[in-house]
Amino acid sequence: MQKQAIFQSKLLPYALVAPQLAIVLVFFYWPAAQAVIQSFLLQDAFGLSTSFVWFENYLELFKDPAYFAAIIRTFAFSFAIAVSSLSFALLLAVMADKPLRGSTLYRTLLIWPYAVAPPVVGVLWVFMLHPSLGVLSRYLRAMGVDWNPLLDGDQAAALIILAAAWKQISYNFLFFLAGLQSIPKSVIEAAAIDGARPMRRFWTVIFPLLSPTIFFLLVINIVYAFFDTFGIIDTMTRGGPGKATETLVYKVYTDGLLGGNLGSSAAQSVILMVIVVVLTGIQFRFVERKVTY
Amino acid sequence: MANVTLRSVRKTYPGGFEAIKGVDVDVGDGQFCVLVGPSGCGKSTLLRMVAGLETITGGEIDIGGRVVNQVEPADRDIAMVFQNYALYPHMSVYNNMAYGLRNRGMAEAEIKTRVEEAARVLELSPMLERKPRQLSGGQRQRVAMGRAIVRQPKVFLFDEPLSNLDAKLRIAMRVEIRKLQRRLNTTSIYVTHDQLEAMTLADILVVMNGGQVEQIGNPLDIYQRPATTFVASFIGAPPMNLMPLRSDELTSQIAGADGAGIVGIRPEDFVISSETVSGGVALGLTVEAIEHVGAETFVYGSRQREEQGVAANPGELPPGEVIVRVPGATGPAIGERIRAVAPRDKLHLFTADGRKRVTG
Repeated sequence: MQKQAIFQSKLLPYALVAPQLAIVLVFFYWPAAQAVIQSFLLQDAFGLSTSFVWFENYLELFKDPAYFAAIIRTFAFSFAIAVSSLSFALLLAVMADKPLRGSTLYRTLLIWPYAVAPPVVGVLWVFMLHPSLGVLSRYLRAMGVDWNPLLDGDQAAALIILAAAWKQISYNFLFFLAGLQSIPKSVIEAAAIDGARPMRRFWTVIFPLLSPTIFFLLVINIVYAFFDTFGIIDTMTRGGPGKATETLVYKVYTDGLLGGNLGSSAAQSVILMVIVVVLTGIQFRFVERKVTY
Repeated sequence: MANVTLRSVRKTYPGGFEAIKGVDVDVGDGQFCVLVGPSGCGKSTLLRMVAGLETITGGEIDIGGRVVNQVEPADRDIAMVFQNYALYPHMSVYNNMAYGLRNRGMAEAEIKTRVEEAARVLELSPMLERKPRQLSGGQRQRVAMGRAIVRQPKVFLFDEPLSNLDAKLRIAMRVEIRKLQRRLNTTSIYVTHDQLEAMTLADILVVMNGGQVEQIGNPLDIYQRPATTFVASFIGAPPMNLMPLRSDELTSQIAGADGAGIVGIRPEDFVISSETVSGGVALGLTVEAIEHVGAETFVYGSRQREEQGVAANPGELPPGEVIVRVPGATGPAIGERIRAVAPRDKLHLFTADGRKRVTG
């Protein structure tokens, strides 16, 4: 049943949605349109002349091996961040779901990291794992690891994945906990009586019943890893060393704002927009349908 | 095949609340035991303790000669049917029934035989590939039954399995459950708050109240000789009329009572008559309401005065209300004054606190 309000004046409903529309138009559609236009333009190094080049910026991008490297890197990052933060959050949620004393307290504490802004998360981990200052680096070196994420690209990537995944655990935890609590107790009890040991119970009953939540979070986490890790990357590695931690979003920033190649940067933004549209489409298509048992 | 014996079983929650205050029940091999009582009386808790879903804080539970206090639910060789059926929503009907067998490492061929046999008995054969959400309430209930019977356990446990069904289906399923249990001859414990279900299903009826057993016995015995006023008013619908005794010849029969006591009369034991009965009870009633059920009629009357055998102050019923059953569809009219009598041998006498039956 849809609730319908009856308005006397024909103008009033439009007036009521106008502020929202204005914000969306000014802060989203207008810049987005600018990006699309910009992506068809080519400027000289001093910004004195601009020419319309159709799809040349895009063609340049697809011919550029560095861009492909960034695509693959971004997908690898997203996958690593999503998988590690999802699995760790699920583990925590399963443990927090047990009726233990003080559960409200530690559930609340587990949610806190979500309130920390990405750049702060970056700074936090930079300090903990800084090759010469970091507390954790000392232990890593004591264990014989040649730890220097400032020079070693793989270590820098691991650092970004660690920080980004850590930040997302709270969010995933919250959804997993809610998902676990929505599974009827009696179903799990029935499985226990049916002779399923806790591990088997988890993989044959709890995990399948959580699958809608898992899928939803997978999409959310990939979107997060794609776009919201900018702050973490910027504070931790600035895309370096080399280009070891330069994701697509960070490349838009370096090429456009630092490199001054506005046309290419705009073309990359448009490609990212398409990716967002696709991911959102997947989410609506599969998650909104809400798997109901 | 097993007996189930509970020996002074207790359940005390960490907060100090005593849910089960020492229960002794002995269910013989193949018997159908029904635990009945109002909500919060501990009947479900007791069943869950037998299943192993609640810890036992005192006493012993013995299934087939083995004390199972520390045994996991999976190893107790029981099967349970839950009130909400607790089917695995992501599995087909077939897999729902096969799950418990697979967990025990049974060969797929044997599983197939057992599941198909159970499906045939429960008329689920055409639905084996469906998911629970595609089934009606009654079908889900039968799948839950099927999941229990394929395991061929020592004991069936039922936790209000029919309370989510509509009235007509509930009666049909009640009969089905009884027939199935008789054929399989498996010891069963069944929890319900519905006294009619309890009466019709039970070999042994256990009436519970406030974490304690009020009475254990054959359902008809309990109906005919309730041990306390609680049992008297809980078993039977409409409930037994309970009234304080007048201090006269009836009271004197209650040993040790100082002129006080409670008399109980079932609605069907009254006769509308002008004759006096020696040693019985006679009540003058004004008819307040009439319920026609078809085969019988219930007359709700009020009494104001002290009558033969009964004191003026009404007991546990609403002020002065008495229910009289009249066979057939004809009864007195509203506002009419009638006289209801019950002979001496139909009276149930209890002590004033209602905890003890005195006569009969």
